[in-house]
Amino acid sequence: MDLFGSFALVLAFVYAVYAFVGGIAAILARHPLLVKSTRQAGIASCCLIFLATFSLEYLFFSDNFSIAYVVSHSNRDLSTFYKIAALWSGQEGSLLFWSFLLAIYVFSVLTYRNKNGELMPYVGVVMAGVQIFFLTLNNFVASPFKALATPAANGALEYVARADGNGLTPLLQYPEMVIHPPNLYSGYTGFTIPFAFALGALLARYPGEKWIHLTRKWTMIAWMFQSCGIMLGAHWAYAVLGWGGYWGWDPVENASLLPWLTGTAFLHSVMMQEKRGMMKVWNVWLVFCTFLLCILGTFLTRSGVVSSVHAFAQSSIGSWFVGFIAIILLVCFGAYFWNRDYLKSENQLDAIVSRESSFLFNNLLLLVSCIAVLSGTLFPVFSEWITGDRISVGAPFFNKVNIPTGLLLLFLTGVGPLLAWRKTSTESLKRNFGWPLGTGLFAGVVAFALGFRELFSLICLILRIFVASTIGLEFYRGAKVIRARSGASFVASTVDLTMRNTRRYGGYIVHVGMVFVFIGLSGAAFNRDTQKEMQLGQTMQIGPYTLQLQGFDTKPEKNYTAERMIVEVLRDNKSLMMLYPEKRKFATTDQNGTMVAIYSTLKEDLYVVFAGYATSGDARLSEPTRKMDLVWRRIRVLAGAQQPAAASPLAQALTPHRHASGRPSLRPPLSRKHRASDENLRT
Amino acid sequence: MQKQAKFAIGIVVIVVSLACLAWMGYGESKTYYHTIVELQTLDSAARSHRIRVGGTVEPGSIRRYSDRVDFVLEGEGKKLPVSYIGGDPLPDTFADKAQALVEGRSTSEGRFVAEHVQAKCASKYEAAPGGTGGPAAKSSQPSTM
Repeated sequence: MDLFGSFALVLAFVYAVYAFVGGIAAILARHPLLVKSTRQAGIASCCLIFLATFSLEYLFFSDNFSIAYVVSHSNRDLSTFYKIAALWSGQEGSLLFWSFLLAIYVFSVLTYRNKNGELMPYVGVVMAGVQIFFLTLNNFVASPFKALATPAANGALEYVARADGNGLTPLLQYPEMVIHPPNLYSGYTGFTIPFAFALGALLARYPGEKWIHLTRKWTMIAWMFQSCGIMLGAHWAYAVLGWGGYWGWDPVENASLLPWLTGTAFLHSVMMQEKRGMMKVWNVWLVFCTFLLCILGTFLTRSGVVSSVHAFAQSSIGSWFVGFIAIILLVCFGAYFWNRDYLKSENQLDAIVSRESSFLFNNLLLLVSCIAVLSGTLFPVFSEWITGDRISVGAPFFNKVNIPTGLLLLFLTGVGPLLAWRKTSTESLKRNFGWPLGTGLFAGVVAFALGFRELFSLICLILRIFVASTIGLEFYRGAKVIRARSGASFVASTVDLTMRNTRRYGGYIVHVGMVFVFIGLSGAAFNRDTQKEMQLGQTMQIGPYTLQLQGFDTKPEKNYTAERMIVEVLRDNKSLMMLYPEKRKFATTDQNGTMVAIYSTLKEDLYVVFAGYATSGDARLSEPTRKMDLVWRRIRVLAGAQQPAAASPLAQALTPHRHASGRPSLRPPLSRKHRASDENLRT
Repeated sequence: MQKQAKFAIGIVVIVVSLACLAWMGYGESKTYYHTIVELQTLDSAARSHRIRVGGTVEPGSIRRYSDRVDFVLEGEGKKLPVSYIGGDPLPDTFADKAQALVEGRSTSEGRFVAEHVQAKCASKYEAAPGGTGGPAAKSSQPSTM
């Protein structure tokens, strides 16, 4: 099976090279048959990558411990889910997984009903180029199909098989391991497609704005996965000790945020191009940068350039990525330079209080934030080059820049969508913002009177209520109009309203999701921490909760042994529940894993950690209560919100244009997929 | 012309104020990387910075007390006694012979007071070549080509 897998990869590489070279030839020669054959080569290459990936999975499931990668990342007793996840738990496999996800995207683009005949060959060439890079890594640099062998007396190599594998690293044995990397990687790889469309359109000087719709659609899909991936990662880091909390400004976490920021900027500024034909150069470069940042993120995770708790082991693979980034930059600059007249703006900014300017400032803030995060992440590298001292910056740097930026962005989230294009009159400002602003400020005053004194949290509270009310008001007004006409119930009217203009109202729902994220983040100001050594029967107090240590036990499981603390949680002398923070001892790796016990309420979290035994022999318990749990609970909101927003343009694309103004009669198959992924989140 | 000036002012105000904040944050959190050997040769000015030191945890040196954890870091043949006083529990990967990165300040008595500890075990995601994989993994070769 390993032979099968590596042959499939080699063949996939050959096909991808053909799709690339043949594609260029087809564009130059304008030969329809050649165009067709390169497209089919692209499809074949994708299918071969699927086969290679499945064969690696097969090796995991058949416990084939003659393969180095299987030995390092699996063992017999590993549960089924983690055997699936073992595929992306190491360098080689996760690179294959990159190719796999990219192949899914490329496959769907190539087999999608072909309406952009002139553009598609260019897009195909760009996609094939990216695939060649990753297939090179899969085949020649980090092959996941290496077999274990040992030199025999006569110098020939003999295969050896081991009885059992080394097992999966305990830190990775957590349910999120099964869904977080696929989501995040789908985000990273997904940004390849908008890149291919943007670069393709620029190279082809493709007339019209059709390509910008396509780019936006694919960006939306990648963006959704990226958002879910980041959120799931934050939850994982929160619930399992050792990752440094839900967000620690770790280089690898930052790397995932960077393309998200530029992607978000693009999703907003693209509307300027669609509606007013402005910011074309800017948009193209946003797409280019987003893709570059994806590759940079992958590079940071794998090269060991910056130290991170999440990074893979150091390897020499970094130079390949540096080379690839250099090539992309060259191609992008070249394509832009030769075709820059194609991107002439059709309009100019009219007034400072307008939709355009709100987008402009939104982009500015997202970009500033992105640059700050990027420079902070790479600071050690650059400072070493320039001064010789390796200097790193920590959380205070990132927080100082990003908290005000975030609050300004939250403000724009409320204001932007309600401003008119070109210029907004004072009356409409009053009408749209009078009530929400009043409500927000009122809530701020009430909170201040109640003893709420954290400056940023207070500003955040006012802004959140302001944004939520502007959105609420929008839904209310729209639904009222529909109800007056149809007589349906208010809820039904709201649903109807959303389905009629999924783009607009879907966008609002995403904004609501962001409001919830801000609620969670600002809760960090209220964290409280206590640590105490505890003996049997002793209690400790934190906030309104009393914790009593009721006992210890040991729970042998298939793959590990768990030592648990049995802690009773009391509030007002009433028993609420039992919590079982545990320490897991993994037999195969002789490593520990600490499982945090979390008691979540809508208002706050009780976060109990079994920190270990003090040298004197007592168990030590520490439990910060953390309000930030709200962050992860809102994952669902954000994911759910994406659904209508992402479904809408696809619905338009899948159904003929006669439906353009009305609601799509056909539910696009993709929206069902979104729902499925949403369902996965719930389980 | 006038409206463009307005935009320019808005952009400059935002960028400059954020740059100031970034500069403040930089001053507050900049941390110098040093090796254990370098640490002993630093002058007092360099010693007052926040410092990050990497090394290997000496086996058997971890002592857990109620308010701190003491251990010894080894690197390039030198030893550095460390007291960890941070609030977060130590990561699971922190154990004997783990590679640890400690962040904090160096005291005049030669003890390092750490507020953050990151640890990576030798076989963190990947078996080190020739390490846990045993001799078999070391001499592995691609099965094809």
